[in-house]
Amino acid sequence: MNRDEIFSGVQEIFRDIFDEDDLIIEYSTNSDSIEDWDSLNHINLVSAIEKEFKIKFALGELLTLKDVGAMIDLMNVKLK
Amino acid sequence: MDYPLDVEYILRKKKSLKKQLLASNDRLQKKIAILGGSTTSEIKNILELFLLNSGIEPVFYESDYNKYFEDALFDNEQLDKFQPDIIYIHSSIVNILNFPKPNDGEDVVNQLLNDEVERYTSIWDALQKYDCAIIQNNFDYPIDRSLGNLDNYDIHGKTFFIMQLNLEFSKNARKINNLYINDINYLSSYIGLEKWVDRSLWYQAKYALSMAAIPELSFNISKIINSILGRAKKCLVLDLDNTCWGGVIGDDGLVGISIGNETAVAEAFETFQKYAKELKDRGVMLAVCSKNYFQNAAEGFQHPETILKFEDFTSFKANWDPKHQNIIDIAQEINIGIDSLVFIDDNPAERDIVSSQIPDVSVPDVGRDVIFFIDHIDKNGYFEPIILSTDDMKRNQYYEDNKKRLSVKSKYATYGDYLKSLEMVAEINSFNSLYLDRITQLTNKTNQFNLTTKRYTYSEIEKISSSNDYIKLYGKLTDKYGDNGLISITIGCLKNGQCFIELWLMSCRVLKRNMEYAMLDELVIQCQQRNITEIIGYYLETEKNKMVAKLYEDFGFILMEKNDSSSVWKLDIKNYKAKNKFIRTIG
Repeated sequence: MNRDEIFSGVQEIFRDIFDEDDLIIEYSTNSDSIEDWDSLNHINLVSAIEKEFKIKFALGELLTLKDVGAMIDLMNVKLK
Repeated sequence: MDYPLDVEYILRKKKSLKKQLLASNDRLQKKIAILGGSTTSEIKNILELFLLNSGIEPVFYESDYNKYFEDALFDNEQLDKFQPDIIYIHSSIVNILNFPKPNDGEDVVNQLLNDEVERYTSIWDALQKYDCAIIQNNFDYPIDRSLGNLDNYDIHGKTFFIMQLNLEFSKNARKINNLYINDINYLSSYIGLEKWVDRSLWYQAKYALSMAAIPELSFNISKIINSILGRAKKCLVLDLDNTCWGGVIGDDGLVGISIGNETAVAEAFETFQKYAKELKDRGVMLAVCSKNYFQNAAEGFQHPETILKFEDFTSFKANWDPKHQNIIDIAQEINIGIDSLVFIDDNPAERDIVSSQIPDVSVPDVGRDVIFFIDHIDKNGYFEPIILSTDDMKRNQYYEDNKKRLSVKSKYATYGDYLKSLEMVAEINSFNSLYLDRITQLTNKTNQFNLTTKRYTYSEIEKISSSNDYIKLYGKLTDKYGDNGLISITIGCLKNGQCFIELWLMSCRVLKRNMEYAMLDELVIQCQQRNITEIIGYYLETEKNKMVAKLYEDFGFILMEKNDSSSVWKLDIKNYKAKNKFIRTIG
């Protein structure tokens, strides 16, 4: 799976979780850019990503997922 | 939103699911307080979906993180103001304060157990002031067992400790009328403890269970809530060929169908019949809806190995009419709402026609294999009971007696002659403690003959029962075919020389028997004894109670006010003449 595929999969998850069909995310998108992105929805995002891509984030890794870019980077490593 | 749950889909699409659900049908608003011993945010969101899906619109109060104990026990202005209809206490193994240590003596272990139980009994006690239903989790087993298998039976074992705790919870739930156990001990073992717990999620967000388990938990809570609100289904409608037995009786004949324990297939059908029989024995009605010649269909239940017998069915439709038509007839025949039926058929085309023509009937997608039919009935919680009442267990008897009554009706010249022949005796009296359970239950599940559809909790009924500001009547009716049980309730609130009827209901099993007149006569007598001169009645229209739209008019009340969905009626009782002519009443 390449970066673009990961990115579009993540975008779909964002659209579902925040229920905005035309939501466009960028690498720099973070919890400041999306109003509903609070700590509880962060958990929902991560859970959905883990299920969809069949990966697991370690506890320590979760702290590093500050924005979409960081998520994609880490996923890219795990999916290699 | 039915079994088997698509957990991932529900979690991901919850927001758009909610929008869809909010767009459809009218809903009952209920206030639900969630008191959590761990994070409850997502439980609340998903529970909302399940409730919306069954026509209940929840408004939530959510305690701060792990404040379930404080919220319940100490003055809580916010919760007081909220006035919950239902309180859900989401505690679990993570909330157990002290497990036994390996060197604790037996008395210490018992003390720990008592302390733990007392924490919860004090919560339940304190919450009684809200007069509402309390749904309480029991405890899930520990996933780690440093004692290994010994954990199960040594008094120091955590597993053993939890078994004792759960037993104490069960005992309390039997004693405390408005306490209901949400059995997460079963749920977690059904899902598997391994899937139930997500350690990472616990450390990150303090969820005591995994994301994947949350929809299962919420679904389970919604089943209990539905049952508390009297929305459990009442009748299981079964197809015959390849549903109740293997094969087609019209083609294969009595000897050719599979039922019994001779073959694997026959045994699977036997198991299914046994399950249906268990439901019947605790008060769920059974009906047949099958495309067959009646003779053939009935013959199937004479098979030497059959568990179900022809007499087990309250209604039996075997003909070649469309199934949805037959199902409508079944509902009418036994006098229950069409949304109280569940239909099981191995044929997807038949399921399709029924669910498309009468969407209010529950038609689970059971597939074609009898092995899975039970799961669809069981795990969807259609028939979830909150109490096993003797009245429920007798219900099937009432309907059987009713069949006899119907069959003799045609022999009489007039309907009055028929009523006379029934030799009816009614016991109409003020509430007494023997019947408070049944009275509460009736107020929560009677929809059709119900003027206001007001629902009461057990403690509200208890209060009314002991108050002098109310006239509160129950009615029981017996006739020569049998006892119909407690079937009617009237509650009138007395104020300024008037009696305001806040509840008037009757079970449909005694429709057209003049019982409502007997109740009115007694109400008037009690009013007159207290110098009340006027009775005020209300009709609040719902989807289901149109049959009583004209009841007060029929009683001789005068219309005072009317708008789209409600009307107010008045009866001057100074010159009231008794209306009941056919029922002998005893006090």
